[in-house]
Amino acid sequence: MSAADPYQQALIDLARAGHGAGSLPAPDGSALRDSPLCGDRVRMQVRLEGGRVSALAHDVKGCLLCQAAAAMLGLHGVGLDEAGLRAARQGIAAGLAGGEAPPGWPEFALFEPVRPMRNRHGCVLLPFDALIGAIEDAGGKPPAA
Amino acid sequence: MSFDALSWRGQFPLLASHPQLHYLDSAATSQICRAAFDAVGLHELGRRANVLRGTYRLAEMADAAYEDARRQVAAYLNAGSADEVVFTSGATASINLVAHAFGEGLQPGDEVALSLAEHHSNFVPWQMLRARRGVALRFLPLAADGRIDLSRLEQAVTPRCRLVAVTQASNVTGAVTDLAPLVAAARAVGARVLVDGAQAAQHGPVDVTALGCDFYAFSGHKVFAPNGVGVLWGRAAELERLPPFLGGGGMIGRVTAADTTWAPPPRRFEAGTPPIAQAVGLGAALDWLRQQPWPEMRSHGEHLLGRLLDGLEALPGLTLLGPRQPEHRLPLVSFSLAGIHPHDACQVLDQHGVAVRGGHLCAQPLMDYFGVTAAVRASLAPYNTEEDVAALLAGLEDVVRRLS
Repeated sequence: MSAADPYQQALIDLARAGHGAGSLPAPDGSALRDSPLCGDRVRMQVRLEGGRVSALAHDVKGCLLCQAAAAMLGLHGVGLDEAGLRAARQGIAAGLAGGEAPPGWPEFALFEPVRPMRNRHGCVLLPFDALIGAIEDAGGKPPAA
Repeated sequence: MSFDALSWRGQFPLLASHPQLHYLDSAATSQICRAAFDAVGLHELGRRANVLRGTYRLAEMADAAYEDARRQVAAYLNAGSADEVVFTSGATASINLVAHAFGEGLQPGDEVALSLAEHHSNFVPWQMLRARRGVALRFLPLAADGRIDLSRLEQAVTPRCRLVAVTQASNVTGAVTDLAPLVAAARAVGARVLVDGAQAAQHGPVDVTALGCDFYAFSGHKVFAPNGVGVLWGRAAELERLPPFLGGGGMIGRVTAADTTWAPPPRRFEAGTPPIAQAVGLGAALDWLRQQPWPEMRSHGEHLLGRLLDGLEALPGLTLLGPRQPEHRLPLVSFSLAGIHPHDACQVLDQHGVAVRGGHLCAQPLMDYFGVTAAVRASLAPYNTEEDVAALLAGLEDVVRRLS
């Protein structure tokens, strides 16, 4: 019943770094996503320019995996459009399921020990779902004056 | 007479074959005892047939085993009759059965009283009933430690109350509900009482007659028996009054093109092929449990609980959820650690061979009440030992060292 240890110092450091943590003064969209499994909660705010993320901010009430995934989005989320973000989310999910590591997300290597822990995959994906929700929310609003 | 937990542990095949496992998640699912495991095997290999349908000898044997299981459950509950025992798929199904069948008779404005300390299984069905029937939900007030505040029952148990649905013991705090005042308050306004015994039934034989309730629900997998079976006990007169919940084979009197009449309880509530082998395993588990030295086993649990509480309180940043006094709780402890998420703690504890549960524990209203999103829960059964508690405490020291 031995298992790989996801709690390497580099992952803890990424979570603690909190890239993108905080709030935006005038977001174009925001979304709150809950994990039905564990009660983790992520609020993501986004500003868009030309359909791409120009700024994002997150507030994570969740585990280290969720915090680290949100920080990873803080590093690489700016510049993505909705399609790119959905593709990234699919790549992360596939990587967790045992597939290739998704290109453009070097920190994914820190999450590889999570692969056999299927109940924790949702912790990693929750910030992605929240950011997709925030972009969807922005898309439903009229552009800021 | 002292209780030998290690010897008892030997009666559980999984634990016997995993001596290094510190299993402290019996509140979620207990390990299956050898008596139940053997009974399921014997039934499936020697008596497997559908019940209440066949006329051949094998089917007669299956019928007898199934009805014997009903009698074994009735004995564990000190029920007046085996016919008061309805087999379901688990406590959740049992409570949903009452929510639908009893709920059929409720009118808009009628009230159901429950508490924020309920498991989702005794919470969501009543919200769904509220949406279907327009009944109102009243919440029994809680004290700061999560126990029901019995001094203010009249706030929730009003003259419009038709049912009090309450846990016998919280799956989060372990707090044991003092049911007598609740039953009295319900009786005073003519309301019925449903007790969610999912946690409490594991900790010794139940006396539904003494409890004075009308319905009692529990699951097999929490009483050292198989998954997929549970029980709704109902007072005979109450079951007789209720319409069926699910329709299908086995629950009818006569079906015509025009109409259907119902079988008497308990079969009225057992539509379709029931979980036969699981029920036989449940009966065997409860029969075996009834023969155990419960006073010594409870002393053992209280001793371990004391050691656990003392050790937890020495950890920096730990907040206990629920009452501190051991006499008010089952050997089940939930807690939060400052700056450490329960899932992270559980994952690290797993590296120490310690299996505990973390998350909202299917009790989000109570988590909201305590102002947390999740907690770590360690739940003890009689097969747990001092070594299990020591392993948990050592693992938690590692959790705090690595993650705080």
